[in-house]
Amino acid sequence: MFESLKSQFILNFVDDERWRYLVNGLANTLKITFASVVLGIIIGVIIAIVRSTWDKTGADMRPGVGKFFLRLANGFCKLYLTVIRGTPVVVQLMIIYYIIFAASNNGVGIAMLAFGINSGAYVAEIIRGGIMSIDAGQFEAGRSLGLNYTQTMRHIIIPQAFKNVLPALANEFIVLLKETSVAGYVSVLDLTKGGDIIRGRTYSAFMPLIAVALIYLVLVIFFTWLVGRLERRLRSSDH
Amino acid sequence: MKKLIAVLLVVVMIAGILAGCGAKKSGGTLTMGTNAEFPPYEYYEGDKIVGIDAEIAAAIADKLGMELKIEDMAFDAIIPAITSGKIDMGMAGMTVTDERKQSVDFSDSYATGVQAVIVAENSAITSVDDLSAGGLTIGVQSSTTGDLYMTWDLEDPGLATVQRYNKGADAVQALVTGKVDCVVIDNEPAKAFVEANPGLKILPTAYTEEDYAIAFAKGNTELQTKVNEALKELIADGTVAKIIDKYIGG
Repeated sequence: MFESLKSQFILNFVDDERWRYLVNGLANTLKITFASVVLGIIIGVIIAIVRSTWDKTGADMRPGVGKFFLRLANGFCKLYLTVIRGTPVVVQLMIIYYIIFAASNNGVGIAMLAFGINSGAYVAEIIRGGIMSIDAGQFEAGRSLGLNYTQTMRHIIIPQAFKNVLPALANEFIVLLKETSVAGYVSVLDLTKGGDIIRGRTYSAFMPLIAVALIYLVLVIFFTWLVGRLERRLRSSDH
Repeated sequence: MKKLIAVLLVVVMIAGILAGCGAKKSGGTLTMGTNAEFPPYEYYEGDKIVGIDAEIAAAIADKLGMELKIEDMAFDAIIPAITSGKIDMGMAGMTVTDERKQSVDFSDSYATGVQAVIVAENSAITSVDDLSAGGLTIGVQSSTTGDLYMTWDLEDPGLATVQRYNKGADAVQALVTGKVDCVVIDNEPAKAFVEANPGLKILPTAYTEEDYAIAFAKGNTELQTKVNEALKELIADGTVAKIIDKYIGG
């Protein structure tokens, strides 16, 4: 039993330096995840602000250029949310790879973009939910203290909203980390693809799959722990 | 009651084991020499040698009523082992060549390894030699023979970049959009892809073209004839194709 596990281990990871597939794959998985989280949060915050500004103030706005553009921006954001949340990420990835950036050979860059755009839609709704969850009194208090709309958002609403949405954001990050496992569809060597290549070389399913699963698991446990610490730190400022 | 069932189970199990021992093949042992470092034809899975050759050999031995024994050795040592009578036959994805024919006899071919190269019609790649010119990006289907050849011959020495796609069709799509310079893939699917995508062509010479056959000691016509007959039946009833598909197909 032990001997056969050992020889399987050597076959799958040591021979021909096959562990390199996993290490290179892990590096790409992390690169793609972090880049798309950043991109997703940027897109998400912009969209959440447009959407919640429209929801909160759109009805009271005086008709004019400002209202027109806000309505237009809001409509565009809604369209983006509908399309992105209404189609599977792997289909979006392949559309971006084979159609939109047909001439580009930078698979990792395309994956970052695709997952970032995808994640942005979910982050937007998470953050909008956070902003809307803050009691209207907070907003009114800010305005009555003489802060304008932007200042109230920046100093009063967003900090509170961020704390509320942190668990949901962390969840989105974890989902994204695992979602990048479809990057192999566009010939990106990510962690899953690395395991698949080893599997194709050694024709053994057990070791490569278990190794890949364990690496994802350890990553997720680590990031969950990290977010837990951040949450505790933020909570300590509650009182 | 439970005890009775347990006792019965033990009896049944022992009977099964004894029956297994009794079922020894009567036709003697067929010793096959191979070099188990040539997936998907032969390689180790755990401490067992598996692969196309191993399964075909097992099917042949089954037909002949013999018990198959596989000996793993260096590829160079297979032919000497055959000529010295250490093994009955050699089966190691071995290509029939004139040099080898001088020291051993070959069976009929049981498999062909043909890897075709697909390029765009106006491609600068005109021959297989151009693949190793350096700087090319080559598309393959993950883990197929084409992938293995490209990895060993071109990627490992740093002569080209290999992009691995989940499906052959994806690799061809990447070729159509110019993401890769050529696609190396089995000949049969290659023909279908070129037909479906105007503007692509297959290079007139294949990347590899190999007739694989089983080697016997010179003059061992008795075994050669028996194996050829078994092989003919196994090819006719689709067993060989099924085994090859299992490892290379998809």
